Amino acid sequence: MPHESIRDVARESRVFRNRLIVSSFIVGFLFLTLLARLVFLQVMDHRHFSTLSERNRITVVPIPPARGLVYDRNGVLLAQNFSVFTLEIVPDQVEDMDELLRGLSYIVELSDYDIKRFNQRRNQRPGFESILLRTHLSDEEAARFSVNQHRFAGAELKARLQRHYPLGRLTAHVVGYVGRISDRDIKNMDPKVFQSRYRGSEYIGKTGVEKSYEEVLHGLPGYEQVETNAHGRKLRVIQTLKPTPGKNLYLNIDVRLQQKGEEALGEFNGAVVAIDPGTGGVLALVSKPSYDPNPFINGIGFKPYAELRDSPDRPLVNRALNGRYPPGSTIKPFMALAGLQEGVNRYATTYCPGYFRLGNARHKYRCWKRAGHGAMNASRAVTESCDVYFYTLAHKLGIDTMHREMTSFGFGQKTEIDLPSESSGLYPSREWKRKVRKQVWYPGETVISGIGQGFILVTPLQLANATAAIVHDGVQYKPRVVFAIQDPITGEVEKLKPEILRKAENTRPEDYEFVRDAMHNVVHGRGGTARRIAVGAKYEMAGKTGTAQVVGVAQGARYSEKSLAKKFWDHGLFISFAPFGEPKIAVAVVAEHGRHGGSGAAPVARVVMDTYLLTPEELQAEEAKKAEKEKQQENMQ
Amino acid sequence: MNKKTLLHLDYPLMYALVLMSMLSLVILYSAGGENLSILLRQAARMLAAFVIMIAVAQIPPEALARWTPWIYGVGVILLVVVLAIGVIGKGAQRWINLGLFRFQPAEVMKLGVPMMAAWVFSRKPLPPSPGRLIIGAITIGVPTALIILQPDLGTAILVAAAGVFVIFLSGISWRILTGLGIIATALAPVAWHFMHDYQKRRVLTLFNPEADPLGSGYHIIQAKIAIGSGGVYGKGWTNGSQSQLDFIPERHTDFIFAVFGEEFGLIGASILLLLYSYIIGRGLYIAISATDTYSRLLAGSLSITFFFYVFVNIGMVSGILPVVGVPLPLVSYGGTSMVTLMAGFGILMSIHSRRRLISS
Repeated sequence: MPHESIRDVARESRVFRNRLIVSSFIVGFLFLTLLARLVFLQVMDHRHFSTLSERNRITVVPIPPARGLVYDRNGVLLAQNFSVFTLEIVPDQVEDMDELLRGLSYIVELSDYDIKRFNQRRNQRPGFESILLRTHLSDEEAARFSVNQHRFAGAELKARLQRHYPLGRLTAHVVGYVGRISDRDIKNMDPKVFQSRYRGSEYIGKTGVEKSYEEVLHGLPGYEQVETNAHGRKLRVIQTLKPTPGKNLYLNIDVRLQQKGEEALGEFNGAVVAIDPGTGGVLALVSKPSYDPNPFINGIGFKPYAELRDSPDRPLVNRALNGRYPPGSTIKPFMALAGLQEGVNRYATTYCPGYFRLGNARHKYRCWKRAGHGAMNASRAVTESCDVYFYTLAHKLGIDTMHREMTSFGFGQKTEIDLPSESSGLYPSREWKRKVRKQVWYPGETVISGIGQGFILVTPLQLANATAAIVHDGVQYKPRVVFAIQDPITGEVEKLKPEILRKAENTRPEDYEFVRDAMHNVVHGRGGTARRIAVGAKYEMAGKTGTAQVVGVAQGARYSEKSLAKKFWDHGLFISFAPFGEPKIAVAVVAEHGRHGGSGAAPVARVVMDTYLLTPEELQAEEAKKAEKEKQQENMQ
Repeated sequence: MNKKTLLHLDYPLMYALVLMSMLSLVILYSAGGENLSILLRQAARMLAAFVIMIAVAQIPPEALARWTPWIYGVGVILLVVVLAIGVIGKGAQRWINLGLFRFQPAEVMKLGVPMMAAWVFSRKPLPPSPGRLIIGAITIGVPTALIILQPDLGTAILVAAAGVFVIFLSGISWRILTGLGIIATALAPVAWHFMHDYQKRRVLTLFNPEADPLGSGYHIIQAKIAIGSGGVYGKGWTNGSQSQLDFIPERHTDFIFAVFGEEFGLIGASILLLLYSYIIGRGLYIAISATDTYSRLLAGSLSITFFFYVFVNIGMVSGILPVVGVPLPLVSYGGTSMVTLMAGFGILMSIHSRRRLISS
């Protein structure tokens, strides 16, 4: 070939050799680069990558603890857990969530509400955790899902513990309920506590004992270290730390009293609070009407909730804790004690002409007995509930002294009961009126405060606790719904110690005895306003009736039930304790629009006290007697 | 004819390749989830590839040089055909279905381009004249452009690289080389403009894989974790948690080196690198002892290209290069690229066994 002749073979060879040597060096250098990279990854950063690899491999899955149970004082179960089927989804394992939900909706019933809640929860929790979609699957739904499970990657059927309140509305206002943990619950919690205790938990106490004893009831979660693959599928369990179950609660509440109290209120709305005066233990706490707490656990629907919320009977309001009523005449024993403390002679009389006048003013403050009681001392004034005696006393003491004395019985103060959000009621003072109402105090307001009208507002719980103080010579305990805490594992029971809340200004036992006697006469004495409840009683009791005006009665006019709608009828109140001499129970009853304390409220207290104090046989006899009486009445008609 | 070589085979290279194939099967058993059928399929492919290698080794280099323009020409035509099928079928297409197996013209060009380039430059004395260089550039540029259009950037880079190595070995002056380097750098933003979104993302991901840990950064992060957690000694065969629990995507194909690094550690990886450098070194030795220009250029280019595959793959898996779909040569699961590679080694062997025949 012609080209070959001009080829410089040696030069070509040299050029090529040089290029190949350069190439070899570059290749060698790049090999060393790779090696250096491997040394960097595998030697220098080995630790870091090992950690990452472990974290990749091992997932910590929380196991929620079983919530503590709640029993009444006799061991009746008030809050329990039982197993239900739930359908849950681990979002990280789902490829197409919409598709999955659509598929599932053919298998199990899914409401828009379920899906809405599911999406809310998804935003609160990390994607590798199991998020609840539906609870309370029927056996049929559970079976249908199980068969089709392979079609729904990421969805799983689980058996979860579900709270249930077997007595429902009867204990709703005491035990309260748990509900799903909301954004607000999380915000109100210490983030550390939430992280350590509530991982994996679905529920938190929302009201009642469930809320106030949340820490005791909840328990501590356990953890399961599981090896997972890149798709989050569990391969094996490496280590398990068992959850610590929540502790059980025994309440002071006796559901029999709860039930009888509610029954005895009959047609009336209202509240019954019974307290053991020796300890402050709350034996009954009835608020009527009540509601079924069970639908609230998984979120009550909007419509049923609106119905409860907007009902004129206000079933969601806990009247025992938050119902604020004028105490009416039930304030009088306390007024009497205040008077004695402030130096009033117990035998000194005040003449009751049927009305009271402030100085020379024309306004007449009427006694409920228009004809007048005549000469009244402190004892008879309590027994016969003479208004004029207490108008006079109030006028003499003045509002400042009354405020100090009454506050020392807990009026206008919180009782520090172990239930959330009690009201403190109101006992007015000059200062209060100036601050809140921006007005000066009028002497007339002092006068009506003497008979528990005007600005004074008390809760049934405050009344009961103040009544317990009369029994206990002025010593008041913090009311306690919970009696004892039980460790579910060891069975060990820790009783809660009674705690003294406050002592009244008046500390003289003889004054208390005097007032107790007067209250005894209310039920058993001549002229007593609650004599009818003494009929057939197997023990003696003491009490005080009260009537609280819902509407004011104009000067010179008469209060007449017939001309008023029921919602303007007076409230009937009654405070009492029994057995007289060695009281074991103090009861306060408010019967809304019950007209009179003696007729509307006092019989309720009697039923509650009977239930608590009588033996089962005696109770049976009592029931039989009542049934016979009703029969006779029927026959007469 | 050299009496020492039976069937024109180069035994040092042959043994290294057999050893590499064994290593591949070992790690594939672990990476494939201890699946025997994957293993058998790969072994069958290897066998076929070795047969092809031996067959190619029987072709003397002169014959290869003579056929080069034909092979190249048919390759370009097939690339056009594939593109046309893709356009008609309204979808990207890389292969032609021949019934028995799918045939990728781009794969042929991995050999066809360096062969053609070597042919072009061996026509005239070296170093090449500017005119030759332009012809060489067109020779490389046309199939590269056709492959980019498929679009298959990874293969296009490999094909172009094989051609460029020929140009480099042909003794192109350093001045022109630097000039081309500067132009290439200047053109980088233009190339960026024409890149697909996923390609851009891969480049960006390289610099900051943590920015998108569940998207395009996931491959790199998980592969780095796997290699790093392997440490010096490795977690042991079939014991790599990253590999066995599916954290490494494509772990038996492109990312098989991560499995290797995790289970056999720095020691195992170093042995693998050593074996690769031995094969490449042997290839370069064959190139340097070749006696005609065509053989030299081709053997040199094939050896460096093989290294280029290794470097791009391990560089990508260990996170110093962007993710491009390049398998680890001879180790990754898959048939097509192995056949091409082994055919390349067949060419090397043919060149080596016939060197004295020509020189004497």
